[in-house]
Amino acid sequence: MRNPQLNSNGELTHLLTLEGLPREIIVNILDTAESFLGVTEREVKKVPLLRGMSVFNVFFENSTRTRTTFEIAAKRLSADVINLNVSTSSTQKGETLLDTVDNLAAMHADMFVVRHAQSGAPHMIARHVGPERHVINAGDGRHAHPTQGLLDAYTIRHYKKEFSALTVAIVGDILHSRVARSLIHALTILGTPEVRVIGPQTLLPAGVESLGVRVFPDMRKGLAGADVVVMLRLQNERMGGPLLPSAQEFFKYYGLTPDKLALAKPDAIVMHPGPMNRGIEIDSAVADGPHSVILPQVTFGIAVRMAVMSILGGS
Amino acid sequence: MAMRVHIKGGRLVDPKHGVDRPADLYIAEGRVAGIASAPRGFEPERVIDATGLVVAPGLVDLAARLREPGLEYKATLESEMLAAVAGGVTSLACPPDTDPPLDEPGLVEMLTRRASSLNLARVYPVGALTAKLGGERLTEMAELRDHGCIAFSQAEVPLADTQVLWRALQYAATFGLPVWLRPQDPHLAHGGVAHDGEVATRLGLPGIPAFAETIALGAILQLVRVTGTRVHLCRLSARESVEMVRVAKRDGLPVTCDVSAHHLHLSELDLGYFDSHCHVVPPFRSRRDREALSAALADGTIDAVCSDHTPVDDDAKQLPFGESEPGATGLELLLPLTLKWSREVRLPLVQALARATSEPARILGIDAGHLGIGAPADVCVFDPETYFTVAPSGLRSMGKNTPFLGYELPGVVRWTLVAGEVRFERG
Repeated sequence: MRNPQLNSNGELTHLLTLEGLPREIIVNILDTAESFLGVTEREVKKVPLLRGMSVFNVFFENSTRTRTTFEIAAKRLSADVINLNVSTSSTQKGETLLDTVDNLAAMHADMFVVRHAQSGAPHMIARHVGPERHVINAGDGRHAHPTQGLLDAYTIRHYKKEFSALTVAIVGDILHSRVARSLIHALTILGTPEVRVIGPQTLLPAGVESLGVRVFPDMRKGLAGADVVVMLRLQNERMGGPLLPSAQEFFKYYGLTPDKLALAKPDAIVMHPGPMNRGIEIDSAVADGPHSVILPQVTFGIAVRMAVMSILGGS
Repeated sequence: MAMRVHIKGGRLVDPKHGVDRPADLYIAEGRVAGIASAPRGFEPERVIDATGLVVAPGLVDLAARLREPGLEYKATLESEMLAAVAGGVTSLACPPDTDPPLDEPGLVEMLTRRASSLNLARVYPVGALTAKLGGERLTEMAELRDHGCIAFSQAEVPLADTQVLWRALQYAATFGLPVWLRPQDPHLAHGGVAHDGEVATRLGLPGIPAFAETIALGAILQLVRVTGTRVHLCRLSARESVEMVRVAKRDGLPVTCDVSAHHLHLSELDLGYFDSHCHVVPPFRSRRDREALSAALADGTIDAVCSDHTPVDDDAKQLPFGESEPGATGLELLLPLTLKWSREVRLPLVQALARATSEPARILGIDAGHLGIGAPADVCVFDPETYFTVAPSGLRSMGKNTPFLGYELPGVVRWTLVAGEVRFERG
């Protein structure tokens, strides 16, 4: 089965997941992002690479932040940007997902940035619209959030230069996290020798080791010697059910506090995809402390999304 | 009108009697009247040339949804009964998950009357075990039996309440009625859409663990031990379930079980990039599970293979995997998938066909699935060597939903006879 996001020449036509992408494609995106970082620092923050192209942000699941970063990225590439919040309730009123997509395609969309609560929805859309239009997955269910994975990889490369000797620890709700899955794929493709996942068994998916990670139920052991610590957002609705008893207990055992962080390497960096729950997965002293690179992640995120859009738009 | 038919020159395969040899078949008054030599004075009104073809009992399918009453937009009795005979299926059991469910004698009677008026395959309704499949109130099982239900089941709505399950089994045992159950713990399976394993983890799909099946199976087997009810276990999907049934049978429990033809060939890996045609219940599990199911059908631990025919309209499949409606069309693929399986496990045809003819007939308790003298002349004449490509246009079922689209499969049905009448003929 051919990777559905590559064309017959092996070029990227959609970005649906990082799984199975050739290393060169990922490195090329990161290198391109690096060249765009200067653009975002300039007074005129625009380049004309996507002039005349229409980018539709189609969010079936709300996320102001992610949508905004895609919007900024597209505008800096001089594309026309249209934002659509298609709540799932309106599609339940009758129009199917593919009807919605057909309508948008008829409005001459060149690129779809799609977020959907169901794993696999962007794959389906990509199959439907074919290779002439490009689909970027902005997060689908628990499956993938590839631009987040790329910006995380970019951040790690920025601070650590090489992946070949790193230990990266990802902490928290792996089960529901598309961020974790995409980052794990990015790290393994880029040759990271040790990727660890840390969390209670209730938040680890079945057979997670098959993704190429080591499991540490004990956060203190898992953080020992880590170069990079990635904290995941814990959704409130996971609390008080069968998965976790309380936010307090979670914070005690899996929240990142200065004393736990002290077990990692002295120059370890701390990342978080945002939005943060202070006092639940991360202590403010860490979030705002010297190891934190959480705000630079946001800046890099725009450059990475510009890189992805320009590569797809140029293919 | 039942004709006198002479099926000549074929290879007669009759699993129940261990027959696999060149032999002509003579049919009169809807029954088998002679094998190899014609009965005295037999004058055929029709001769079917079966040279190079297999002459076998019509297939008996333990699970085919006909979507009537209530779900005619997915499929109709006409379309699905035609699909049955086109697939060589002459007897089929339909689960009670219609709309409304088959929980009242009137509904059952309407279905059987409509079905028999079509003059295609024979239909055996499975009645609902609880009213509206709601899992609370028992149906009038004895009354439903008198109106034609051959067994009772919860279809795809497993009982959450083990008290109700226990009482339902006790009540059924009182009247000697068989109960068919697909073992699944509804709490453990809640929200899941794929096997809880490596693929679901990779694709980010909510999982249904194998132990959702084995825990429910354990409960059922314990209750069979205490109630003595005859229980048929539907569509096992996990390796551990096979082991549990093996032990239960060794202990002499009155249990039988089946597997869907799909699960003999596919595993979680076939989900590929979210192929919603692979969204089925129970889910395709690991390769080891698939191999265990295949081996267990070969060694007889699993008694029968069924189509688990579930026609789903395109719109309900053209959705993200988790939102798509589960199920696959199967009536016309049961024979090809059984043949493909028999070649993979190197099982002689006569033994392989038993799993789709005499064995399911035994489970149903009907006189079908064999071709002894005097048996109902339900016959499937097929070409075992010709391969065909599975395509929507080639399927008579209204359900075009199958993970096998594009596959090359062996086995083309040429004639299907029910009660000695030709009900299907491929030109």
